[in-house]
Amino acid sequence: MAIDTEYLGMSLSISDLDTENLTYFGYCAQHDFHLQRCQACNLLCFPPRSACPWCAGAEFGWERVDGRGEVHSYGEVHHAIQSGLKEHTPYMIPLVDLDTQKGVPEQDIALRVAGNLVTPEGEFAPPELVARVGIGSRVRMVFKDVVEGLSLPMWTLDEEAEQPARPWRYPQE
Amino acid sequence: MTSEIDATAPKYLRDKYAIVGVGETTYMRGSGRTTRSLATWAIRNALEDAGLRPGEVDGMMSYSNADSTFSPLVASDLGMRLNFYMDVIGGGSSTEALTGLAMGAIEAGMCKTVVIFRAMNGYSQVRIGGTGRRAAVPLDGDRLHNAVYGWFSAGQNFSQSFMRHMYDYGTTPAQVAHVKMAHSRHASQNPKAYYKERVSVQDVLDSRFIVKPLHLLDCCVETDNATAIIVTSADRAVDGRHTPVRILSVVGRCCKPGNEIYLHYQYGPLSTVAGHYAKELLWPHAGVGPEDMDLTGSYDAFTFTAMMQLEDYGFCTKGEGGDYVSSGAIQLGGARPNNTSGGHLCEGYTHGMNLVIENVRQLRGDVDDYCPVGADGKREHSFDYETPGACRQVRDVNLTVNLGWAYPAAASSMVLRRG
Repeated sequence: MAIDTEYLGMSLSISDLDTENLTYFGYCAQHDFHLQRCQACNLLCFPPRSACPWCAGAEFGWERVDGRGEVHSYGEVHHAIQSGLKEHTPYMIPLVDLDTQKGVPEQDIALRVAGNLVTPEGEFAPPELVARVGIGSRVRMVFKDVVEGLSLPMWTLDEEAEQPARPWRYPQE
Repeated sequence: MTSEIDATAPKYLRDKYAIVGVGETTYMRGSGRTTRSLATWAIRNALEDAGLRPGEVDGMMSYSNADSTFSPLVASDLGMRLNFYMDVIGGGSSTEALTGLAMGAIEAGMCKTVVIFRAMNGYSQVRIGGTGRRAAVPLDGDRLHNAVYGWFSAGQNFSQSFMRHMYDYGTTPAQVAHVKMAHSRHASQNPKAYYKERVSVQDVLDSRFIVKPLHLLDCCVETDNATAIIVTSADRAVDGRHTPVRILSVVGRCCKPGNEIYLHYQYGPLSTVAGHYAKELLWPHAGVGPEDMDLTGSYDAFTFTAMMQLEDYGFCTKGEGGDYVSSGAIQLGGARPNNTSGGHLCEGYTHGMNLVIENVRQLRGDVDDYCPVGADGKREHSFDYETPGACRQVRDVNLTVNLGWAYPAAASSMVLRRG
């Protein structure tokens, strides 16, 4: 069933034809991270899609994937565009390489999942937490509930993991 | 790679097409006009520049992101009966791509001469950054993996690529800020530039953050304006008002794996952009290489986009883009000045077309700076780049390149020559 809702002042709309995204976010709503696995070449794919980028296969199964990984790069927004995000600046948008299938099928390729850096409870990370995270930081996925059938993957520092002594941060700091 | 360039065997349509007219409106904030009115203004100027009557142009193309007028409206205003028109979706990287398609349309006999325009109220009507009208559009399922995180504007979307370049190669904020410094010096020689004031590297670093690693002055200006260029075959071009500017090669929206603007980050390296792939078409087809260029037009939506493209098109070794742009080479008086009009960072924002217009005028040796116009109607260029309000004509320009940017995974480019 289609989803039409609001989040931080933004209108979100998933058409009932968009079964790939409805399925993906439906799993997220159960706080369960699932990706498509291509039935032909057996590789996982992200984001949800109509065919496999590695072999053009169009038959997928859905499979639970561990929501852990490493920050590959990030942006840190100080001037928000969307009005609902202005009160949360500075907010971080990490790009996270999942541990699963990293470097496969080629070097420099990963299942790379964006999100916002949040507290373990799913709230936007305060500035002092943002300042502790950079390239190389270990993070784990948490979910932000939006509406029935839709939760958004987010990233929080993985306190149980071994963290780099000093994750790489923007050099002017 | 350059060793593989064969200058003797003509490839594709090398040298067979030319840009014969260029025109623009004023670069403004608050035009008080429709995009249709802006388009006719720019096209009238391009026709005048080419010495063509409206009836002598029978093709029209434009690009927009649901923020502009359409060719049939503009053509009917100007009394032009078209044999061909095409309005496509697109922003940066469209100018070069559409030039190639115009050549194809003419080659196929669909028309004889094409005017390509971009008209936008990029400040007062639809802002590219996503505020205003754009913010009201609902995010669909595919945007819930990106835009929903406040990863929305171009600067936000590209920031991870820029940051990763710093991480991979040690590129510094000060090195990249030299792009703005250089372009602001160029703009100080350009009466049309929206921002004519010179800024220093420190001014860039001291300006507030928009999205790390971008300071305010790393970002381009938003303006209201239209621009137009006229493309025709080389045999028709010889009858024009100006020295023709011939097209040696063109690359249109060449992609990295992943292609789509919101998916490119799946494929690495993140610090490599589409120019890495585009250069394998651009230089061999042109029969010349980066070292032959007299000046460059690397798209400066941000200081970083100009730097990363110059690097990936081979103007320096991979990873040394920061050194290259801070070496003085890209400044007027340097080996290969970039965006001598001041570019998007200073002159105005037209999704790449003003950068092509500038190179055309440079190739004619008649750029519109502050130098006095002589009795023959040509400017008497002083080549004084130090004094603001003087000259920005580069000496003896024979070859230029435009490096258009859509986003990290898509690029267009074009090599032009005088004559």
